[in-house]
Amino acid sequence: MAKEEEELPAILVLASSFGIDIKSQNPPKYRFLEAFSSPIPLLQFLQQQQTLPPSVRAIICNALKPVTADVIRSLPSLGLIVTASVGTDHIDLTECRSRRIQVVNIGGLFTADVADMAVALFIDVLFKISAGDRFARNWGLSKPLGFPFGSKLGGKRVGIIGLGRIGGEVAKRLEAFDCIIKYHSRNKNPSVSYTFYSNVVDLASNSDVLVLCCPLTEQTRQIINKEVMLALGKDGIIINVGRGALIDEKELVQCLVKGEIRGAGLDVFEDEPNVPKELFPLDNVVLSPHAAALTLDGFKDSCDYVTKSLDTFFSIKPQVSKTKLACD
Amino acid sequence: MDSELPALLVLGPPMVFNLFQSHYSHKYRFLNFFSSHLPLPQFLQTQHAHPTSVRAILCNPRQPVTADVIRSLPSLGIVATTTVGADHIDTAECRRRGIQVVTLGSQFAPDVADMAVALLIDVMFKISAGDRFAKKSIHFKPWSFPSGSKLGGKRVGIIGLGRIGGEVAKRLEAFDCIIMYHSRNKNPSVSYTFYSNVVDLASNSDVLVLCCPLTEQTKYIVNKEVMLALGKGGIIVNVGRGALIDEKELVQCLMKGEIRGAGLDVFENEPNVPKELFSLDNVVLSPHAGAITLDCFMDACEHVAKSFDAFFSS
Repeated sequence: MAKEEEELPAILVLASSFGIDIKSQNPPKYRFLEAFSSPIPLLQFLQQQQTLPPSVRAIICNALKPVTADVIRSLPSLGLIVTASVGTDHIDLTECRSRRIQVVNIGGLFTADVADMAVALFIDVLFKISAGDRFARNWGLSKPLGFPFGSKLGGKRVGIIGLGRIGGEVAKRLEAFDCIIKYHSRNKNPSVSYTFYSNVVDLASNSDVLVLCCPLTEQTRQIINKEVMLALGKDGIIINVGRGALIDEKELVQCLVKGEIRGAGLDVFEDEPNVPKELFPLDNVVLSPHAAALTLDGFKDSCDYVTKSLDTFFSIKPQVSKTKLACD
Repeated sequence: MDSELPALLVLGPPMVFNLFQSHYSHKYRFLNFFSSHLPLPQFLQTQHAHPTSVRAILCNPRQPVTADVIRSLPSLGIVATTTVGADHIDTAECRRRGIQVVTLGSQFAPDVADMAVALLIDVMFKISAGDRFAKKSIHFKPWSFPSGSKLGGKRVGIIGLGRIGGEVAKRLEAFDCIIMYHSRNKNPSVSYTFYSNVVDLASNSDVLVLCCPLTEQTKYIVNKEVMLALGKGGIIVNVGRGALIDEKELVQCLMKGEIRGAGLDVFENEPNVPKELFSLDNVVLSPHAGAITLDCFMDACEHVAKSFDAFFSS
């Protein structure tokens, strides 16, 4: 390894999908150690890369690979983890807190995109857009107008679970369609006029659609369970752009197959990339391969943000923007 | 007795007809012309209905109310269509005869606007394509699906800023789109940028949304020149009438990538959809489903029934 290279800060890269812009820097500012494609244990990998563990001060990752306590403990000088995701449930935050490691996510960057996806899935299920598209591709050959009705959007009661930034953007969009917004959050938000429900089952009983916009934590795991789904009822729709584990997936599949709820739009699943096969033939279910916020513009913004976060941490550039600490 | 009920000649039939018939069979004698292959005068004969007894028509675009039909019915006084558009009715002939033409007006503008936005979002985010992808693959690789495109900041060119166009604008503003428009006349009460020329609008837009009625002036308003001006990143959404777009040209542009994609609820020759579109992932097709919801249907039936009531009681 050239001496100049040796002197560049070593960044451990645990994500494969977005790095091109980051790596093509002129002049190079970092040495990227691409561990994501390596099957060998981390310490062996670092040896191969002629890098001593204490020289790794930063990790770049995404939601696909966990950053476990083991990984963190292998790197005694680790001070920064940047995840190119909104969620941080794949990072051992407890370990980070005790080691005072900064965790930076791209929260805020993709709020609008995720909200757009939630609305897109909701409208698709309600208007049967994807099902209609399938039907129209056979339209000329079959009896016209045999397509079952969609449902009016205006006036629908939308129950948002988690009225944070994403939930707020979902609310703003659906209000423009004359929907009625209600929500459940850990705490009531005094600055909004939407009806607050301290209990998810109550929210479900009073909603036509539930939109999951909250992070996955111990408290929110399977926040949508059988009781909530039955309370939502046979006309109800569930939209999930959060994390698959927010819903009891086995129960969801049963409810959808049996018609206990009307339909669902899902961008996330409990065990990606595995999707319950029972959902495939259902016309009342719209599936998205975790595509929210995965736009070309989004990737670029992501790269820029990650680069800025690294620069700020290593003080290469003057402070551009305060990095958001996910575990604050 | 059946023959004492006013006769209602039904063309189409409208999608709401089953619903309408079930609600109002006690009020009218339905003459279901839509199921007959005979010319109108002969059909009426088979129904033992004298042409002069037919004062009202219920129709929709599937079976046009032509000058011939109108002239066969000397007592015709009202034609009601369960659509917003009336381009399937010879309105000039109606005007000459003093025949009232009843359309659904703008009460379903929000629903049609919802459909326009739904189609745009689907094309932008590849929702239907993603749904197909996810349901085909037993194990989709996360992030292996080709990315969609951000909606915020997109310049949306609305062609026809009437009730529907206005509702589309309101919705897309909530997604942080930039609204511009072309209409017959500039609207002084909106702040959106006005373009007197459709090609100019297209050159300055990322999306074109067709929300205008079909008239002599608007036929093929989106032609090859407009599509090329819109460009390879552009998307077209049509919730108006198929003939607003030169459909052959549209198909070519979509297949060749001269425009990025399209969301279509209407076609030049429904229910025939150009087969070349079936294999395209950048196109979302809707079987003229805009505003086709049970609530809308009930409202439509009521609206039409009220118009007939008013007519027959005057």
